[in-house]
Amino acid sequence: MSSRIFGSAIKRREDPRLITGQAKYTDDFVLPGMAHMAVVRSPYAHAKIKAIRTTTAAAMEGVLGVFTGKEMKDEGFGPIPCAWVVPNSDTKTPPYPPIAIDTVRYVGNAVAIVVATDRYLARDAAEAVEVDYDPLPAVANAEKATAKGQPQLHADVPNNVCFKWTVKGGDVDAAFQSADVTVKERIINQRLVPNALEPRAALAQYSSAMNEVTLWATSQNPHIVRFLLSLDTGIPEQKIRVIAPEVGGGFGSKIPHYPEDSMVIFASKVCGCPVKWTETRSENFRSTIHGRDHIQDVEMAAKKDGTILAIRAKVWANLGAYLSTASTGIPTILHGLMLSGAYDIKNIHEDVYGVFTNTTPTDAYRGAGRPEATFMVERLVELVAQKLKMDPADVRKKNFIPPFTDGHTVATGLTYDSGNYVAAFEKALKMLDYAGLRKRQADLRKKGEHIGIGFCTYSEICGLGPSQVAGAVGFGGGLWESAIVRFHPSGKVNVMVGISPHGQGEETTFAQIVASELGVAVDDVEITHGDTERTPMGWGSYGSRSTPVGSGALMGAITKIKDKAKIVTAHLLEAAVEDIDYSDGRFFVKGSPGKFKTIQDVALMANVAWNYPKGLEPGLEASAFFDPPNFVYPFGAHIAVVRVDVETGEVRLERYVAVDDCGRVINPMIVEGQIHGGIVQGVGQALWEGAVYDENAQLLTGSLMDYALPKADYFPLFELAMTETPTNVNPLGVKGIGETGTIASTPAVYNAVMDALAPFGIGKLDMPLTPERVWRAIQSARR
Amino acid sequence: MQYPVSVTVNGAKRKHNVDARLLLVHYLRETLGLTGTNVGCDTSQCGSCTVLMDGKAVKSCTVLAVQAEGAKIMTIEGLAENGKLHPLQDAFWEKHGLQCGFCTPGMILTAHNLLEKNPKPSDAQIRHGLEGNLCRCTGYQNIVAAVREAATRMKA
Repeated sequence: MSSRIFGSAIKRREDPRLITGQAKYTDDFVLPGMAHMAVVRSPYAHAKIKAIRTTTAAAMEGVLGVFTGKEMKDEGFGPIPCAWVVPNSDTKTPPYPPIAIDTVRYVGNAVAIVVATDRYLARDAAEAVEVDYDPLPAVANAEKATAKGQPQLHADVPNNVCFKWTVKGGDVDAAFQSADVTVKERIINQRLVPNALEPRAALAQYSSAMNEVTLWATSQNPHIVRFLLSLDTGIPEQKIRVIAPEVGGGFGSKIPHYPEDSMVIFASKVCGCPVKWTETRSENFRSTIHGRDHIQDVEMAAKKDGTILAIRAKVWANLGAYLSTASTGIPTILHGLMLSGAYDIKNIHEDVYGVFTNTTPTDAYRGAGRPEATFMVERLVELVAQKLKMDPADVRKKNFIPPFTDGHTVATGLTYDSGNYVAAFEKALKMLDYAGLRKRQADLRKKGEHIGIGFCTYSEICGLGPSQVAGAVGFGGGLWESAIVRFHPSGKVNVMVGISPHGQGEETTFAQIVASELGVAVDDVEITHGDTERTPMGWGSYGSRSTPVGSGALMGAITKIKDKAKIVTAHLLEAAVEDIDYSDGRFFVKGSPGKFKTIQDVALMANVAWNYPKGLEPGLEASAFFDPPNFVYPFGAHIAVVRVDVETGEVRLERYVAVDDCGRVINPMIVEGQIHGGIVQGVGQALWEGAVYDENAQLLTGSLMDYALPKADYFPLFELAMTETPTNVNPLGVKGIGETGTIASTPAVYNAVMDALAPFGIGKLDMPLTPERVWRAIQSARR
Repeated sequence: MQYPVSVTVNGAKRKHNVDARLLLVHYLRETLGLTGTNVGCDTSQCGSCTVLMDGKAVKSCTVLAVQAEGAKIMTIEGLAENGKLHPLQDAFWEKHGLQCGFCTPGMILTAHNLLEKNPKPSDAQIRHGLEGNLCRCTGYQNIVAAVREAATRMKA
């Protein structure tokens, strides 16, 4: 393989349209006769709907119709399906009507829709829809919701427990009995609001003559949305086209098939015109999925030399009011199976309760389950180090799984692909000058200044994943990928892929792969994604799977192209096929490198087929599917250095060192960009972000005025480095890098703050570590 | 009740009758079809809708179209001249200062205003100057690098 393009930091090929304003996001599309939809949403967290009066609204200027959940149901639109039901967990799946019919169960639950000729008029009319509610008691806290006497959300879900799922390996009770020390903690992994900068939007154009629909939507996985729409709209799958045009960030929040997808299709059908809905940011806070929200009671057992023996945990995972698309898989498979992280911990037991509450549904948010697992183990390791008065770096090194290249099976049953955890950690410690920094910390403390050093050494599961495993763990789809490579007579290439990137840059990295493997210029390759009619079936972009799984499919198609090109070359050069070799864009006769055909020569001849092998199909196009034999497990070590101003409680990040390993790197610039963004989102959780509900399950943090997103001014320059441990799970040896930063940075920063606060004897604080919270803790410690 | 508004957008004179409540961002996006300016929030926090109004960066979701009467507006579509990218556009591309691209037009125009006021900003000044613009993808590091790079190129 040519290494000229593979591995180099070429500029992104998607950028010209994005920096000039020519990119088209869903809300940018305007169709002839298009109307706008506004959604009437419940201001109550839990209430019976007594009456919905629509007459006034329906009579307003420009209004084409006002519709309720019952009308939508009568038109044949069914409940939104949950696509992940974890086996052996007795999961209850109460119906999730796209528009509430008799009961609202969270603030933001849709109650009615208004369709009007103009965006402003639709909102005016939505204000005029009168709904009579009979408020019911509500509950927002997952643990509390399971207690007797609490409000019940769904008729057939006693104590609001949607499921109980257990993971266990080894003998935890025996390990705890034989332990020298144990530590215990209650961790609140708080609820977060993903806040992709582009709000969600959906535009449907329904044709009654053909019973077919085109939906433009802000989706990370248009093929999944099409599949699910075929289940709940009554329109068959082949009549549905879903287009995810430019998508302005997702972070998991654009995976689900949302009620509004169905609503615009319904509205387009009954109004007879294209209908567009675009979310406001305030709506986004209430009606787009949230992430995290775990209450975790956790314990760790260790020997006095620092060897970790076991983890025991009980978790209440807040699912919100209804099951979103991948909801139940997040706190189970993507969380519980990763509890031991990068460490060799032989005994694991976790019980997870998935709980319905009167809150916005939760689902995958960047990291999705792994941040909740990684924070848990990284916090427990710190507590063990404290209890044993050991250096937390030493406890980590003592417990790492030793380097491996060909699989390592952990207590939860997963087999990690490859890892060298100690190498990444040593590299990070060296970049940091750990010993020097500890000395500086001690000196500063004498002066009354407080810096802290925090670690996170992680391994995470991504590159989802083998389809058989997906089926076995209850995921309602496959997890393979697909690609079509098509050579034109001119030697230029179109590639159609099933993944659906939305900022991750695969239009560039995939073109780099094609260019490197087939000897075409990178600018001669066009990558198409995000349209069910123009791309082959694929399962989308999430779980850091686009590159590890998608590139496997691409490599499959490339291999087929090469094999066919060899046959054509052999014919043209009058040689035997077995004698044709390939290198750097040339198909040549072994031993005679001067006798060759380029891929462009072959493409021309295959397309015109004038002088062509007998019996060989014309054309130079190949389609391939790739189902990986395993997940991939990127890993690394992140170290945060923070300074706490003890007078104000403000935490400043002074340094941030990250060493990550995602196997082979296709474009280092893009990989670094993914890490930067991931770090900032994870630091957001540690220091500023958190969705807060009050006693009545009202969302108190319902806008960007109340929910603090990280800003440019909050960060130092990140210091990044890589190690490279390839995987044998896919042809290129690549692992996903989309979520590592988010997974690693929350515990690293949290541990750093707690390290800074150690002289005050503050052992625990809940996230986010806002100045007020830190200041109060210092004040009460000083008393 | 509609009100006349005449503005110069990206060098072209435009005249329309608009509702008093029409936001400048919707005038640009829906009346003029200039969809490069994006709407990311409704509380003036995110800065995605930033345009230049008489040379100053404003959040066009908090300006009424009628308030722009007589103003010169520049949107992202007007930044490149004769097909040649502005140094800021080039630098954002070169330094990987964008991922999903949604915040990018606003980010570039805010940076434009910043560099006009301070052609040689420090990293800290760049970060401070971009505080009114949110990006959820890049972690800001490469945006800062892009603005730094553009400042160097614009001096040259």
